[in-house]
Amino acid sequence: MDWQYFSELFLGGLTRGSIYALIAIGYTMVYGIIELINFAHGEVYMLGAFMGLIVAGVLGILGFPAPAILVIAAVVAIIYCAGYGYTMEKIAYKPLRGAGRLSPLISAIGMSLFLQNYIILAQTSDFLPFPRLIPDFEFLEPVAHVFGSSDFVIVVTSALFMAGLTVFIKYTKMGKAMRATAQNRKMAMLLGVDSDKVISITFLLGSSLAALGGVLIASHVGMVNFAIGFLAGIKAFTAAVLGGIGSIPGAMLGGLFLGLSESFATGYISSDYEDVFAFTLLVVFLIFRPSGIMGKAKVEKV
Amino acid sequence: MKRFSGLVIAACLSLLTSSAFGADTIKIGVAGAHTGDLASYGLPTVNAAKLVAKDVNAKGGIDGKQIELLVQDEECKPEKATNAATKLVSDGAVVVLGHICSGATKAALPIYTEAKVVTMSPSATNPELTQSGQYPTFFRTIASDDSQAKLGVDFALAKLGAKKIAVLHDKGDYGKGYAEYAQKFIKEGGQAEVVLFEGVTPGAVDYSSVVQKIRQSGADTVMFGGYHPEASKIVAQLKKKRVDVKFISDDGVKDDTFIKVAGADAEGVYASGPQDVSGLEMNKAARAAHMTEFGTEPGAFFDAAYAAMQALVNAIDKADSTESDKIMNVLRTDKVDTTVGTIKFDARGDAEGVGFSMYQVQNGAYVELK
Repeated sequence: MDWQYFSELFLGGLTRGSIYALIAIGYTMVYGIIELINFAHGEVYMLGAFMGLIVAGVLGILGFPAPAILVIAAVVAIIYCAGYGYTMEKIAYKPLRGAGRLSPLISAIGMSLFLQNYIILAQTSDFLPFPRLIPDFEFLEPVAHVFGSSDFVIVVTSALFMAGLTVFIKYTKMGKAMRATAQNRKMAMLLGVDSDKVISITFLLGSSLAALGGVLIASHVGMVNFAIGFLAGIKAFTAAVLGGIGSIPGAMLGGLFLGLSESFATGYISSDYEDVFAFTLLVVFLIFRPSGIMGKAKVEKV
Repeated sequence: MKRFSGLVIAACLSLLTSSAFGADTIKIGVAGAHTGDLASYGLPTVNAAKLVAKDVNAKGGIDGKQIELLVQDEECKPEKATNAATKLVSDGAVVVLGHICSGATKAALPIYTEAKVVTMSPSATNPELTQSGQYPTFFRTIASDDSQAKLGVDFALAKLGAKKIAVLHDKGDYGKGYAEYAQKFIKEGGQAEVVLFEGVTPGAVDYSSVVQKIRQSGADTVMFGGYHPEASKIVAQLKKKRVDVKFISDDGVKDDTFIKVAGADAEGVYASGPQDVSGLEMNKAARAAHMTEFGTEPGAFFDAAYAAMQALVNAIDKADSTESDKIMNVLRTDKVDTTVGTIKFDARGDAEGVGFSMYQVQNGAYVELK
């Protein structure tokens, strides 16, 4: 076994998996609270990348250094997309709160198409160059050609944000309210939890992480396009299901698991089958462990 | 009823003999996508045909006969292409300029072959159309897809001295076709080996594993079939992971957007693209005529369409006949000056003298390598 090759693939999978995980958390949180699969979530990630592009463009003209641009662009994109997530929930999902499970799902698909076309009209359908904001600092050989600075920044940033989210959910009052709402919305409301506020916060947080993912990946690969949200969204959704939809640690693990398996499948088998592999994995999981890695079998609430 | 069957018989007869009848006009069919989402590929051909016809008619026509254009829209849809072809043949088209898309062309060709109508496409690049030998009346003024792969492979072997080549594609018809031909030519050449043959997923989050795989394979050259978004991601990650390889691609990458998106990483990338013919006098004149007549810049395949129309008109003129055998004979033997250069056609129907050149990104622009 060639350990160097193995570690190259491992680290590559880690980078990709971190991005999946960042987006997957949004899917899983929304599902956990209101049992809706928010298919417009991938588009929030795309919007984040576009917002990052605009901010980076402006700051670039003003002559800011790259790391400062990266931080500011990420912060602006996070705030902007948090607002988007909040509004989206108010417009597309809240009016349908009482209406079966299918209606909000279709509303989500509509929202996704709307956002893509909005970007085509407001920006362009072309590919746009995204400035490489993550500075190239040097690792020592032999690490340098395996793990670049942008991989490092992506993995560390996503790990930090995910850790922050875990702390938030576990130790704050809002986190407790979120967990209570996820467990049983009616009961939580009876005990004085403002479930509308909880749902809004959920959308805010999920969209923020997606926006962060968008800025990071766009600066990693150096381009944006209106369509980048589609495949990334589907993969992140797959990751959320693999990890056990509704579970936040599950989404993180699922993302990493999917990223790593794709990377190894590409490296040792063929990239021809990258997507086939990811979705076969999903099907196998759904057959043998439908609740995912971290998910628990659903207990009937009484 | 009797009259109806008489009409049918007459129609069938005219189908067989129409090209032999002397008529007041010479009917030239123009078929392609003129509406629908691919109209931008088909309409420049109609404009080119109109311009040439206008020019010839103003000079007194071909042997005193005016050109009449029969324009048929088929939206690049194979099922509509067969209808369009049948209509053109029964309307008595002597030759047909078109069709535009390879799929539609393939569907229409059996009808023209049956009726012995010379057909010339400015844009159908599928290699099979000429190489299968099934359609002897088919010609084209654009080089076929495999000639790009051939050019790329020859360039890699002769100029770059490639020994180990990784061939990648985007799994699409066009990209995969290029890659498969490249693989075939490398194997036939015997001077280099294909160390990796793989498809990448368009739109994937990143290509780092594929890039690691290229490094692992020990390739010194990468040949990529596909379009610029994937190519720019791959070259960027090759640079980032410090994989030192030459990168050769096709005309899907020979696009200024590629340089814009890939930025500094695009430097040194090779891509083949149609030969630069914008310097030819005839080409300049045709483009200027388009500007005066229609008020816009000509679109895709205009040069090739204009050249095809010129070649057809010249062949009918020189043959002094509308019989397909005589027209084909002239096309194969007579050199004609066109907007894409001086061309004639080989036995299979491909134009000799048109083709692709290799370009390299130097200082943020594609430069043709002589």
